[in-house]
This record gives sequence, C-alpha cells and structure tokens, in this order.
Amino acid sequence: MEEKVEIIATDEKQEFIVNMGPQHPSTHGVLRLVVSLQGETVKNIQPHIGYIHRGIEKMCESITYPQIIHLTDRMDYLSAHQNNESVCLLVEKALEVDIPDRIKVIRTIMSELSRLQSHQLFWATFGMDLGGQTCYFYGLRDREMILDIFEETTGGRMIVSYNCPGGLMYDIHPNFQKRVKDFIKYFRKKLPEYDTILTGNVIFRERTSGIGPLTLQDAISYGITGPSARASGLSCDVRKHEPYSAYDKVKFNEVLFSEGDTYHRYMARNDEMRQSMNTIEQLIDNIPEGPYAVKMKPVIKLPEGEYFQRVETARGELGLFVISDGNKNPYRVKFRSPNFVNLGVLNHLAKGFKIADLIAIAGSLDFVIPDMDR
Amino acid sequence: MRFDFIASYVSAFTGPWWKFLYDFSLLTTPVHEWLNGSVSPFWTTVIEMVVVGVVFLLFYAVVGLFLVYAERKVCAFIQNRLGPNRIGPYGIFQTIADLVKLLFKEIIPIKNADSLLFNIAPYIVIIVNFMALAAIPYANGLHAIDFNIGIFYILAVSSMSVVGVLLAGWSSNSKYSLIGAMRSGAQIVSYELSIGLALITIVILSGTMQLSEIVEAQRTGWFIFKGHIPAIIAFIIYVISSTAEINRGPFDMAEAESELTAGYHTEYSGIKFAFFYLAEYINMFIVASIAATMFLGGWMPFHIGNLEGFNMVMDFIPPFIWYIGKTFFIIWIIMLFKWTFPRLRIDQLLTLEWKYLLPINLVNILVMSFLVLKGWHF
Amino acid sequence: MRSIIEYLKEIFNGVLSLLRGMRVTAGYFFRPSEIVTQKYPNNRKDLVMFERFKGEVVMPHNESNEHKCTGCGICEINCPNGTIEVISKTIVTEDGKKKRAIDRHIYRLGMCTFCALCVKTCPSNALAFSQKFEHAVFDRASLIKQLNKPGSQLMKGVE
Repeated sequence: MEEKVEIIATDEKQEFIVNMGPQHPSTHGVLRLVVSLQGETVKNIQPHIGYIHRGIEKMCESITYPQIIHLTDRMDYLSAHQNNESVCLLVEKALEVDIPDRIKVIRTIMSELSRLQSHQLFWATFGMDLGGQTCYFYGLRDREMILDIFEETTGGRMIVSYNCPGGLMYDIHPNFQKRVKDFIKYFRKKLPEYDTILTGNVIFRERTSGIGPLTLQDAISYGITGPSARASGLSCDVRKHEPYSAYDKVKFNEVLFSEGDTYHRYMARNDEMRQSMNTIEQLIDNIPEGPYAVKMKPVIKLPEGEYFQRVETARGELGLFVISDGNKNPYRVKFRSPNFVNLGVLNHLAKGFKIADLIAIAGSLDFVIPDMDR
Repeated sequence: MRFDFIASYVSAFTGPWWKFLYDFSLLTTPVHEWLNGSVSPFWTTVIEMVVVGVVFLLFYAVVGLFLVYAERKVCAFIQNRLGPNRIGPYGIFQTIADLVKLLFKEIIPIKNADSLLFNIAPYIVIIVNFMALAAIPYANGLHAIDFNIGIFYILAVSSMSVVGVLLAGWSSNSKYSLIGAMRSGAQIVSYELSIGLALITIVILSGTMQLSEIVEAQRTGWFIFKGHIPAIIAFIIYVISSTAEINRGPFDMAEAESELTAGYHTEYSGIKFAFFYLAEYINMFIVASIAATMFLGGWMPFHIGNLEGFNMVMDFIPPFIWYIGKTFFIIWIIMLFKWTFPRLRIDQLLTLEWKYLLPINLVNILVMSFLVLKGWHF
Repeated sequence: MRSIIEYLKEIFNGVLSLLRGMRVTAGYFFRPSEIVTQKYPNNRKDLVMFERFKGEVVMPHNESNEHKCTGCGICEINCPNGTIEVISKTIVTEDGKKKRAIDRHIYRLGMCTFCALCVKTCPSNALAFSQKFEHAVFDRASLIKQLNKPGSQLMKGVE
C-alpha cells in the first residue's frame, strides 16, 4: 500500500483515474471507459471493448446465408430488422431476385417501427442517464406496444428474425394494421408529454445544450453516421441517398441540425420519431397484395465476387461486405457497425467537460455495446 | 409509593378520554409528578430519558420503514407501475422484509479501508438524525426538548451529517465514494446558507427561535399566509435547498447512480448500508417537519381569523394528525421533485445556490424586515 | 434594469417548465387506472401469449400418438448452432421395404436461438412452436428434450 501512495504522489500529471464499467449503470452494457480526471474534469478517455465479443463475423463464414439472420439479430438488438434487412438485400442483389412490392412495404414499415422503438428506448435511457428515472418507465411503457406488434407478427419481441433472403418468414398478422394505427394514434398523444417532462425542462436544457459539440468537419473525419451526425449537419441518411426497399416511395424529411451538441443529438432522435410515424402512416393503408416471400432455391449460393450493402439503422449506417467464393457459406463477412465508429469520437467530445457531461455525451451517442464488439 | 397518577387517569377516562390527543401534557405531567414523588430527581431524569429514547428508537424505525415504502409506492404510481404488492396487503411489509434481509447480509470488509472511520460513519449520520428529531414539536405537548433556540439547534445539528458522509466517502478507499463525498461536502456547505437565511426570514416574522412559541404564534394563521409574499418565497427556497441538503434528486450528485454507481455508500453493505439508507429518509422527514413547523403551522390546525365555527371544526382534528398531514404533504412534494427532474451538474448546483437562491434570499430578508417594521403582515 | 428583468424572466420560465413537468407526473400519480404493469404469477391463468410466440420447439402429436416427422434431417441441417439432433433408425415396413424412420428427435432448449428455420423448412410441417415461456429448471440436463413421444409413430399418409 505504501508503494501505491508513492506512485500517485510522484505522478506529474496528477490524474485521478476512474474505471467506468464494464459493470456500470450508465454504460448501457459492458463498455469499459478508463477515465482520467483532474478534479471533476475529464482529461482523457480510453474505451476498452471486447467484453461481449462473440466473433459474429467469423461465425458467419461457417454458416449459410439464411442462418446469418439469427446472428445479425444479436448485433444491434434494437435495430434487428434493419440488420436483417442488410443481409437479405445483399443476397437478393447478388442473385438479382425481383422482390414484390408487398415485401418491400412491409420491410419498410417494420424498419421504421424498429427505429421508433429504438429511439423510444434512447429517450428512456437518456433521461435515466441524466437522473430522471421516470423517463425510463414512460419510454418503456410506450415501447411495449411496438414490441407487442412485433411479437404478434414475428413471434419475437427484440430478436425478431423476420426477414429472410427472398422475403419474409411469415405474412403479417391480420391485426397488424389495426394495431399499428392504434399505436400511432396513442403515441402522437404521448409524444408531447415526453417534451414536457424532458425536452422543455430547464434542468435538461442546461445539462445538454452546448455540451460536447461536434463540428461538421469532425463528424466527417471521424466517420460518424446516423442521428449523431445529422445533428451536426451531415446529410448521411442512406434512406435518402441510396433508397432501398420502399423508401423511394415515401416522403419524409431528413432531420438536420447544425449545432451538433448533446441537445441537438437528442432532438435529432426526437424528431426522427415523428418522421418515422409519418412514414408508417403513409404506408400502413397501402400495403399491396402479393406473396410474402419469393421462392428461393433450398441452398442459396452467391456467385463468386464481392458484395456491399448499406442500410440505415437507428444508430447510423450499417455496411455489410461479403466476399463469396461461390459456396453456400460466405468466404468473408465484414460489418461496418455504426456504434464502433461512433465510439471513436467519445474522447474528442468529452475532453474538458465534467464527469456528468461524459455520461450525457455517451448517452446521446446512443451506444449498443453488442454492435461494437460483434 | 403513591398512585395519584392512576386517579388522574381515571378522571381523564371518566371525562372525554381523547383529551390526550389535543394536549399531551395531560398524559406526561402526571407521570412526571408521580416519578418525582416516588424516586429521586436523578432517577426521574434517567427513567424519563430511557423511555423517551426507546420511544424515539421505535419512532425512527417505523417512520424510516414507512417512508421507504411510501417512496416506492409514490414513484411506482408516478411511473405507471404497481410498486411493492406481495408481502402483506398492498405490500406494506415489504420494507420490513428488506430490513430482515439486510440484517442477514454479510458485511464485506474493504481492503485498505480506514476501518475505524469506515465503521463509525453510518453511526454519525444516525446520531445526528436522533439529535435533530428530539427538538421537533410533534403535537401539543409532545416535544422532547423545547430549547429557546430550537431552530438554531436543529440547523446546527443537521449540518453535522455531512461529517458522516465525508468520512464514509473518504475511508472506504474507493474513487467513486471519494468523488461522491467531495460533491456532498460542497453541496451541503453552500446550501446550509440558503436554509439558514430562509428560516431567518420566518424568525424575523415570529420574533422567536423557540419552536413551541413559533407554533403558538401561528394560532391565528400560518406564517405562510401571515407573511404572504416574502414567506412564500422563503418557503419555496427552503424546499429547494432542503432537497439539496438531504442529497435527494434532482440534487443527488453525491450518489448519482448513473455517474458514481452509489456515491459515498458504494462500498457499504448489509446493515451499515441500511443505516445510510434509513438516515436519508429520516433526513427527509426532518426537513419536512421543519418546513411544516416554520411555514405551515406545525401541529396547529388551520384557523381563519374570527370564523369561530370553522375554527372549532378544524380544532376537532387532533394536532398530531395535522402535523403528520403537513409533513407528509411536503415529503410528497420532495418525492415528486425526485421522480420528475433530471439531475443537475455539480457546477450548476453551485450556480443555482450562489447566483439565484442566495441573492433572492437576501433581498427577501430585507423585504420581510420592512414588512415586520411597518406591520404589513396579517 | 433590463438585465434584472431578464434575470427574473429566466427564473420565471425555468420554474414554469419545472411545474409543467410536475403536472404530468403528478397527473399520473392521481390516475392509478393508467397503470400498465401486471401481477405476473397471479395472472397465469388468463395470460394468453400471441399464437406466433416462439416459446419452444415442439412436435405436435395427434390422439393416437402419431407425429409427422419422417426423420429426413432437414431441420438439423438448417439449424445454425446444432440445437437439433435427429437420430434415425431403419425399420422394415409391412410390405417388406426398408425405410428410414425417426428414433429420437433431440432438441436442446438451452442452445436454441428461436430463429424458426427448423419450423419453416420442415417439409412435412412436423415441428411447431409452443407458447410456453417458463423455461427455468434446476438442472441443465432437463433442457435437453426428446421431441417425439415414446412409442409414437409416423402419421399415415406422410412421406
């Protein structure tokens, strides 16, 4: 013990090193942040990841394409639909399969519902990170309705496994449209409450505005995507720039701000909830008739070559890169997951702010740790 | 031995027996006189102290456990949940079950902790609680010590709990605890000022520091109505700063669970943790009691000027019920704070105190003095 | 003077925003009818799961203890992580032909990821999902289940 004291005393930097995580209430999972402090001010952050590394990319090399779906479900479990969609779109693109409109529309609705529930959970956990615990329960209460919609149609609540190469696993449940409409009607009433409790609150404003500003240049050079980048004014929505599924048929606004601080990262997600509801409302009454899946070969083999597919998950851009050697298993799979890239900017943003701000900034980047580690 | 006091009881029971509820001295004076007559004054004091001590221990445990239960129920209802509902009807025995569990839990010794201070810290917090509880007037005549500087004494004593918190944070050899304790120190030192000044506003109005006289002075109207604008401002400032002083949300920086896991009591386990936990709730009870006593008339029923009939009806409700009702109303408001607002940052906390509460408070004292000088209060 | 007005305005607006938030939470406090949680183990009887809910994989049997599984092993091939193991045997049918039939259909619930590939790809629809969700057991070994009931036979007409 004597020795320890001496080391601290002779340390020139006089830094106070605090380990946040891997078991810590605010890291949303098993993220470990080694934080150097001077007083309450953050000097440096070293993120350590790998606590939930399962080797998904390597596992993908030994399983077939339809089986990959059940692994992508478990990467970013809050955007499971979008993750699955990336695999399906890639396989369909490689095999040049024509997908009927019904599948495209249902996939779009499901993706937007998925985004909506992800942003609801973001709202809930962000409120809790800042100390408003009631937000957490209100967020979960409303998210439960979307999970019920998922459960009724897909059989799963978070791990949905609903997409499959060539279409969907099952047709939508007869109650689906009614439930979605009921939910949107309900949630349009509850969303102003969210704003009253958190967005308009003077304490919340003080805690978030001006904290951890991210400039447009930094957003580009750090490769940030998703709502976090759009809050800095970077137009990077894959749904707009490279429309997939039915996104070219719907009208929605890309939520863009220029400030890029924690408050606007929060507002970007808050406004995206409204945009998602608009998108769903445009599609829910116009689901075309048709088959819910295209007949595919029993064993799917991709022609030799390299394939890439981008989708917009709730946290940013997910890129899926596959090299095929013509077998039923991919030769190499690489996921460009948004969370891993977004984590890189944390040190840049939080340096010079207080510990409490670090929590707010990390919360506003909306991390899902299994997606970082994969 | 003389049994005079039994006779007085009998006479009490032959009369309206609920008289005790309106004046507790009817119960305590005969006992005191009987003890004085039967044993020496020294033993009288000893026996009375033991009895009062036991009563306070029981009161402490009951209020603490009830408040923990109440908070869980209140936050559950706010959050659209049911809350504890398994043990007993509506789960009222849940906290007792929790306490039994905490009693049986292993107390984990912390490596390299300063074990003396580490073990003493929870007791300091508890002792401070008891000292403050002793001076609060609970009902007419139900008052353990009636100092002539009662409010000053409570302020002095309750600010000592920061010593326990600082010791706990420093001695447990944990970085989270240390940061939590330091935050708590800065917080309590600055918010003591606001509490003191807000209460001084009322002391100016009442002209005394003795709690029983302060309550008596509110017979014709509670101070929050008598002192109108400055009293209401002082009341709001008092509620805000007392929430900060007892380390509750939105000012719970000392134990901010999303930043410091549990702050200064991160390393405590078992019954020692329970002590901190109970002390937190009793602190809330104490500040709510003071708010009720200073602003809302303590155990004094609600009276309006010369409306004799109305005042009679109000007098019919026993003083203890009035006191408990007012206290729990303030506790409910403090709970609503915690479950609605996000937490402040440490520098914003100090900004709120030094830039907003303190200047307003000082101006408010001036206004109140002027009011009292001119006699513009009711 | 203007700065003082702004100072007071700031305080007023701040307090107003706090009061608005408190109105919402206090509103919920006084409306217990909006409580959404359920008393779970008490409402077991009337708790109905959705029909597509993926509880666990089962092999439906009819009244005469017959199932549809031919023992082809497609579910085993499609299973991503080896949850299913089909142990087949050769039986001699009445007209003297040798035929593959199922001996044991092993399903490891502890490993299952509920991807539904087995149920979807089964050519004879022999597998299904049950709505049971209370899977906790004291012994890990009891999570390894045999789906075909002892003494069961292939349903007539299923090839």
